[in-house]
Amino acid sequence: MPDPAAVALQFFRERFAIDPAVTSALLSVALSRGGDFAELYFEHRTNSAITWEDQQVKTATRTVSQGVGIRVVRGDAIGYAYTESFEFEAMRRAAETAARICAGERTPPPIDATPFLVGTSYYEFDHPLVAEPAAAKVALLERADRAARSYDPSIVRLDASIGDELKYILIARSDGKIIGDVQPLIRFNVSALSQRGESRQVARQGGGGRMGIEYFEQVTTPEALAREAARQAVLQQDAAEAPAGTLPVVLAAGDSGVLLHEAVGHGLEADFNRKGTSNYTGRIGQPVASPLVTVVDDGTIAASRGSINVDDEGNPSTRNVLIENGILRGYLHDEISARHFGVAPSGSGRRQTFKDYIMPRMTNTFMLPGDDTPEDIIRSVDRGIYAVSYSGGQVNISNGDFVFSVTEAYLIENGRITTPLKNVMLIGNGPDVLSKVTRVANDYRLSDGRWTCGKDGQSVPVGVGMPTVLVSGITVGGTKL
Amino acid sequence: MTARAAEGISALDLARRAVQLARRAGAEQCDAIVVAGSESTVAVRLGEVEKLIEAGSLGLGLRVIIGGRTAVCSTSDLSPAALEQFAAETVELAAISAPDEFAGLPDPSLFGRPADAAALGLYDERIEALSTDEKIRLALAAEAAALASDPRITNTDGASLSTHVGEVALVNSLGFEGSYPATSISLAVEAIADDAEGKKRNGYWFSAERSLSRLVDPEEVGRTAARRAVDQLGARKPATTRVPVVFEPMMAVSLLRHLAGCATGDALYRGATFLAGREGQPLASPLVTIVDDPRLPGRFGTRPFDGEGVATRRNVLVETGTFRGFLFDCYTARRLGRTTTGSASRSLESAPSPSASNLVLQPGTLTPAEILAGIPEGLYVTALMGAGFNPATGDYSRGAAGFWIENGQLAYPVTEVNISGNLAAMLADIDAVGSDLTWFGSAAAPTVRIREMTVSGR
Repeated sequence: MPDPAAVALQFFRERFAIDPAVTSALLSVALSRGGDFAELYFEHRTNSAITWEDQQVKTATRTVSQGVGIRVVRGDAIGYAYTESFEFEAMRRAAETAARICAGERTPPPIDATPFLVGTSYYEFDHPLVAEPAAAKVALLERADRAARSYDPSIVRLDASIGDELKYILIARSDGKIIGDVQPLIRFNVSALSQRGESRQVARQGGGGRMGIEYFEQVTTPEALAREAARQAVLQQDAAEAPAGTLPVVLAAGDSGVLLHEAVGHGLEADFNRKGTSNYTGRIGQPVASPLVTVVDDGTIAASRGSINVDDEGNPSTRNVLIENGILRGYLHDEISARHFGVAPSGSGRRQTFKDYIMPRMTNTFMLPGDDTPEDIIRSVDRGIYAVSYSGGQVNISNGDFVFSVTEAYLIENGRITTPLKNVMLIGNGPDVLSKVTRVANDYRLSDGRWTCGKDGQSVPVGVGMPTVLVSGITVGGTKL
Repeated sequence: MTARAAEGISALDLARRAVQLARRAGAEQCDAIVVAGSESTVAVRLGEVEKLIEAGSLGLGLRVIIGGRTAVCSTSDLSPAALEQFAAETVELAAISAPDEFAGLPDPSLFGRPADAAALGLYDERIEALSTDEKIRLALAAEAAALASDPRITNTDGASLSTHVGEVALVNSLGFEGSYPATSISLAVEAIADDAEGKKRNGYWFSAERSLSRLVDPEEVGRTAARRAVDQLGARKPATTRVPVVFEPMMAVSLLRHLAGCATGDALYRGATFLAGREGQPLASPLVTIVDDPRLPGRFGTRPFDGEGVATRRNVLVETGTFRGFLFDCYTARRLGRTTTGSASRSLESAPSPSASNLVLQPGTLTPAEILAGIPEGLYVTALMGAGFNPATGDYSRGAAGFWIENGQLAYPVTEVNISGNLAAMLADIDAVGSDLTWFGSAAAPTVRIREMTVSGR
């Protein structure tokens, strides 16, 4: 497979005549009023999706979006503009607009444009799902439909979709670096409706990653995803009201990583700490979690939904240890925060599209495994909650309070998993909950690729992972006193 | 008036051209939507400009229907050659879909009158004329007011002022043609206060309007953000209990949005709403009347025609407690044997689907103080977190923060609590509706009180 940066450079050169001479000319305009650095971010993205309803294809959609975002940075301040046109004149005007963050006038320094290579790609992009015939994708949807309906007679409806994205990006920076990436992404969603009399329960399941159609053989199958949605919908039919109050909670391996994402991940994004608005501000080197807790953000995991070869500022993706044995070790940085703190960028500068500005963001965030077994952890709980899968979460960065909605949960009684529960919410405070991690198991697992992270209105794909963990007390928002 | 879509071509012309090209390529029916706009944002923090963003954008979405088969495509590459290929590819893509007897454009007798836009207060030339310096001045004034209003405000996450000037055009192959310009302006501030144990308390406030004259005074936005941060200092976690819960207007709006999301033809035919089979039946307390009104001048959900070109109209969702009915677009209406309520929403990338426009919970007669007065112990909610609402069952469970109520007064701030119940039961249990109707974007509500909910805490 050729180098993704070389492929991206060739793509923009052949399709839009964007070459190092053009990027250098635009960067000179961007820096014509001053500024510490500038960068151009070219993006060409194709998304297609097929939606499935009533046992047939409902709609086929396809979106092409393209444009360039131009940023001029002066200290912590940015000037930003974008255009959907790759005509030189339109791009030059955008560069002039971005330059307005600076008030000076100067002859911009010469830019020594140097194309860089990525090296080893963390994902294969030479056989994207977008290139597969529609019939192959429709066949996958049919398989999901059959599997869900045969799972249980109460499954009366199955909605599904298959979506793919292929994104070419090219970053040209005023330090001369030119680098790019080709990022494939697929996503398969199913939603199953179980109906018994008047009682309806809907459950969703999804998965994907930076892969092609081989995902459906190597990682999971449409049948497995559909049966999982059906199983959860049926399970909810018999689930009991959840207890309310503070209880021990066992977080199952895999999807529970969403807790880390909300409870600590966002608070460790360096923009909040640069501004002093996070409850982790100024706490590097201090204990912020139980000594059992080591948290890593790693953008280099093969084919994972959250992985990137380079971030959207052209820095290589890395593995960053955020918390090591309970001690806060570092933040996630983009260029601006790295300069502010005098550290190296951590490859965490991400944006949703060329229209959006860059922020430090997570990639794949997870807790490293410990020594316990999941069985021993469950056996150790007299009365508590076993939380398995989630529909989402949210955090308040300033005070660390978070919530997340648990879609599959059970009561633990006398060391045994018993009744399925419905409407379970977990609510707590990030540092507080991490200090109450009393056991960590050896069964670490990365969740299947279904998570999307939102920040300031921008969505980016992420991964989460976790071993089975016991938290000695979390507030459970149930209805039963 | 507004930004021209492309060199010499209006948004409406571009939509016309896409419809012509799609027809020529074999589309039986089609419609095209063009969204053109220019946006600007200035962000300031601690008295300095932090971000200046300015850009124009233009995109086109095309839906084609051939023998009941639908495809929807969108693009931002609008050169004549690219557009022709795009239209042909969209027509080809439709072959993947199965025939659906309910797919189709609206009957022309339902078309809206684009000229109505002029009276709907969607466009303010003063927003387009606002200079960058003036935008910076407004944002700085809001942040400065937040910092000056209380010594305990030690930091901010800045203030930002954004404007948008845009135009929407919709053309379909049955002869509908309409476009209208729209503007918006928003000002937001986040103030930060330091609390014990390194915790910060943040207070966020904003004003968002379609005209400059309606924008709340920047100093007031800043002071409100500061007050909301300071109010949360020393917040505690209360004990788990069942008590009356009061929602301030901004939080009451979230209840409206949950309900409206369940009151669509889309949710109904998918079997994914607890409101199925409840039309004409008592749902909420008799104090509750909820209206969805896209004809209210100058609001964010206001529009002369919907995403399919159908004339918009006022729809009553709940009338003195009785559930009156669902919101439909053409597809869901045909499928369920109803008529469209002019509620189609439309983005460039997706097919139309029904959703609310401007949601209003009609005000009652009590002041907020009168609503609190009768409560010996309860929760006053000023923040909600998480997505703990199940549309299929109405089960409701969300993280909350606010104040503990003691003897009819706000006694102390609380945080890290969860409130839970079922939306149907919560609506039926509303025992007080305030007179303080307040708008937030495209929805408005007064203070409401729910007789009792489970509050989880310590």
